[in-house]
Amino acid sequence: MGRKTPLYGLHVEQGARMVDFGGWDMPVNYGSQIEEHHRVRCDAGMFDVSHMCVIEIRGHHSRAFLRYLLANDVDKLRVEGKALYSCMLNETGGVIDDLIVYFMNEQWFRVVVNAGTRDSDIAWMRAQARESAQHLEVIERVDLGIIAVQGPKARAVVAEFLDSKDRDATLALEPFNGRVCGEWFVARTGYTGEDGFEVVLPIERAPSTWRALVAAGVAPCGLGARDTLRLEAGLNLFGNDMDETRNPLESGLTWTVAFDPATRDFVGRQALMDIRAAGGPSHKLVGLFLEDRGVLRTSQKVVVRGVGEGEVTSGTFSPTLERSIAFARVPTGTGQSVQVDIRGKLLPARVVKLPFVRNGRVLITL
Amino acid sequence: MSQVIADLKYAKSHEWARLLPSGLVEIGITDHAQHALGDLVFVEVPEAGRALEAGAACAVVESVKAASDVYSPIACTVVECNTELASTPELINQDCYGRGWLIRVKPASASALEGLLSADAYSAVLTAEGG
Repeated sequence: MGRKTPLYGLHVEQGARMVDFGGWDMPVNYGSQIEEHHRVRCDAGMFDVSHMCVIEIRGHHSRAFLRYLLANDVDKLRVEGKALYSCMLNETGGVIDDLIVYFMNEQWFRVVVNAGTRDSDIAWMRAQARESAQHLEVIERVDLGIIAVQGPKARAVVAEFLDSKDRDATLALEPFNGRVCGEWFVARTGYTGEDGFEVVLPIERAPSTWRALVAAGVAPCGLGARDTLRLEAGLNLFGNDMDETRNPLESGLTWTVAFDPATRDFVGRQALMDIRAAGGPSHKLVGLFLEDRGVLRTSQKVVVRGVGEGEVTSGTFSPTLERSIAFARVPTGTGQSVQVDIRGKLLPARVVKLPFVRNGRVLITL
Repeated sequence: MSQVIADLKYAKSHEWARLLPSGLVEIGITDHAQHALGDLVFVEVPEAGRALEAGAACAVVESVKAASDVYSPIACTVVECNTELASTPELINQDCYGRGWLIRVKPASASALEGLLSADAYSAVLTAEGG
């Protein structure tokens, strides 16, 4: 038996098919994951992401600590509620986890990390905090749940639940910003490529809020739709597209590493600098579009004629494109076309610029 | 609860077989199997004329989630494949015992179906699997 979120009972009651995800019993779909996918692209859907972990970094040295801990630079965060996506690296530059950090105030940053890595993340953070001998606290919030409401109509629906004093300011939030609304923290973030809000709330409020959102017409969606949505949106999944053995430079995440200012030391910096000095990474992460029918899957071999071989890191059927798409780690010299080994047959695939889909629009040429 | 049809024969690996008046046998995957796979998006079927041992992988059904082999419940030769599935694999989700059939085969022996599970026996397998 896996760990359960406060919404577990509701998922089962609503007919969800439950699967193990990083040690948690989570809904994979409530019927058709393709229908759930389309609801998010065209209307509003929601995901229980309470298995992800909210960690508070508190104390006067929070900013300095996070500037050392994370590959992106929290000095970019100056406005309360502003969010930043970052990798947390080990000394060799490998990705321990990817996360979002919110600037709450100068003594308080909020970090949201993946479910499967929450325990090891917290241990790592505490070890780094000790090593840098700074006075700060790393607090795991087991009392909070998260509901991600996503889709073109998502923000308007969530706004109906807010006090009138919070409504306008919350609707006015720019992407990657959040604010406290009473017991809730509402942020304009997500993992689907659509607009929407992620709502952090006390776990005892999660079931009644979920029911009320269902009544307001928001479709419950499972991890199946979450995966096809994030793949179309060109968003990496930790454990598939990067892990402790892969650095951001070979994972399509160079944009998240703040090398400037050069005076800022962070865990993994030297390793990444060494790779750059040696001519850069040997591999890169790219988007693939399968020209034929069939489905790209994790671990399939990618053949790049005259260059070498790579591997599919995440692959699926795209409900929006009605074709198969993937991310693959391929040799840096890879051009526009590759072949993927699907059950012994080499099928042609095209290398495309990510994302495939964003805000309901197809961004690649079919 | 998964639907199990009374007059079909079944394999533990979640295929069904139907004896047609012509003597050919129609093969597909069960309601339990389509439900476990979720939305089907791609089907790979064998070519007509291919000889299959009982238990041999004969087709691949792919849902958004995963690819899964389909095993021939009996020794046979493939006569015909459901070509509609190439463009509409979701027929398997919608009507797995009807329009979602996979292949029609000529059994290697007239008694080939006898070794398969009855509807009741297959239902018992599902119960034992917790489904």
